[in-house]
Amino acid sequence: MTVIQELSEQLQQGNPKNVAELTRQAINENIDIKTILDKGLIAGMSVIGEKFKAHEIFLPHVLLAAKAMYAGMDLLKPLLLKEGIPTRGKVIIGSVQGDLHDIGKNLVAIMLKGAGFEVIDLGNDVSPEKFLDTAEKENAGVVGMSALLTTTMPVMKKVIDLARARGLYGKKRFIVGGAPLSSEYAKEIGADAYCFDGVSAVETVKRFAGIF
Amino acid sequence: MRKIFNISVDEVIPPIGSVLAAQGIPLHLKPDERTLHLAEEAILLFRRYAQPTGIVMEISRDDFDVIYVGDGKNATDSPVEPIYKLSDDLALFAITIDESICAEISKLFERNDFALGSMLDAAASEGAELTAQWIENFYGKHLVKIGRFNNKNDILRFSPGYCGWHMSAQKKIFKTLRPEDIDIELNSSFLMKPLKSISGIIISGQKEIFEFDDTFSFCKDCTTHTCRDRIKAAIDR
Repeated sequence: MTVIQELSEQLQQGNPKNVAELTRQAINENIDIKTILDKGLIAGMSVIGEKFKAHEIFLPHVLLAAKAMYAGMDLLKPLLLKEGIPTRGKVIIGSVQGDLHDIGKNLVAIMLKGAGFEVIDLGNDVSPEKFLDTAEKENAGVVGMSALLTTTMPVMKKVIDLARARGLYGKKRFIVGGAPLSSEYAKEIGADAYCFDGVSAVETVKRFAGIF
Repeated sequence: MRKIFNISVDEVIPPIGSVLAAQGIPLHLKPDERTLHLAEEAILLFRRYAQPTGIVMEISRDDFDVIYVGDGKNATDSPVEPIYKLSDDLALFAITIDESICAEISKLFERNDFALGSMLDAAASEGAELTAQWIENFYGKHLVKIGRFNNKNDILRFSPGYCGWHMSAQKKIFKTLRPEDIDIELNSSFLMKPLKSISGIIISGQKEIFEFDDTFSFCKDCTTHTCRDRIKAAIDR
């Protein structure tokens, strides 16, 4: 087994210490940084995503793998910056205004980072203006909105209506998620996609970024 | 009657099965050792950080009419209204398991302990539900003691934000119940801080008043349908 394969395997097992060690080893062996990232870390997280989707593993396993992913990423990040290797894309994410629930949104952010995207997490209780101001300022391609309460769901429509008014609709992709939502609701308010969980959010954002 | 309780954490420790279920692990599956260990650790942290407190206050039907309306945004077909209109006794309640557990969840996420953080979040939510149940049980026992509850009665609780009862009722619940006395605050969006808090109304009455079909317009948005289990349990009791 190559060091890259072993890296992917250890990530899937959720072993942060081993992942950090193997990442360091791969760097010392002068393996291309992008290969370590794509074929080691991201490939490992992709397997985890597939297994989760197939109900072979559950949320705790995904989150243990994510912790291992971060252990490797901490070592790679400065090198990626130094070599000017771009991320797969930028995503703005937040729980909508009036909603303080952020656990689901945090999990989606973790999964997106694990898939190689840059995530700007605005936290909770985020106003429509803040979503769009940040998306424009950061030139992010995707805006992700989360809501747990039926009473805060309408804020998602406000964001999309404001995007239309600002001429951003169609230029940026809007994804929504949260317990009370559905794909029908997403369609109704003009969102580009409804994401059931972190794995479907990763798949959707990958699709938007042209990564399959 | 208005009472404040500091509830022993031992009385509201969530069962490991419900914590795992909240993480998407079906009850019939035996979790692997690592997952089991995470759940046990989360429950230990819950025991260390949770400080369950609650407040309950009896209220007349006329006074509750005003609270229920909130800002006038309730669904026209909410089941809460016909139930409470036929009730014998009502009590407002609010509970929290304290801010320190929410802070611990944030800390775990900050240091990339996502799995334990998520597990503790699940344990905290389950523990908050058990704390609300503790208060409901207390009120039931109180009604028995004063002779206002017998085997033809039952008791259930409802919260704003669910079953077509709009969140805006929170403002009036807070004005009457004053949960600030147990350190629960309400923000301008009617959300409570600490996040792991629950408020609402406890309704006591004849068992039949609690029966309804879950075919209301808002039921399609509901992901839990816990009302079915709670009502079934009430009818079966």
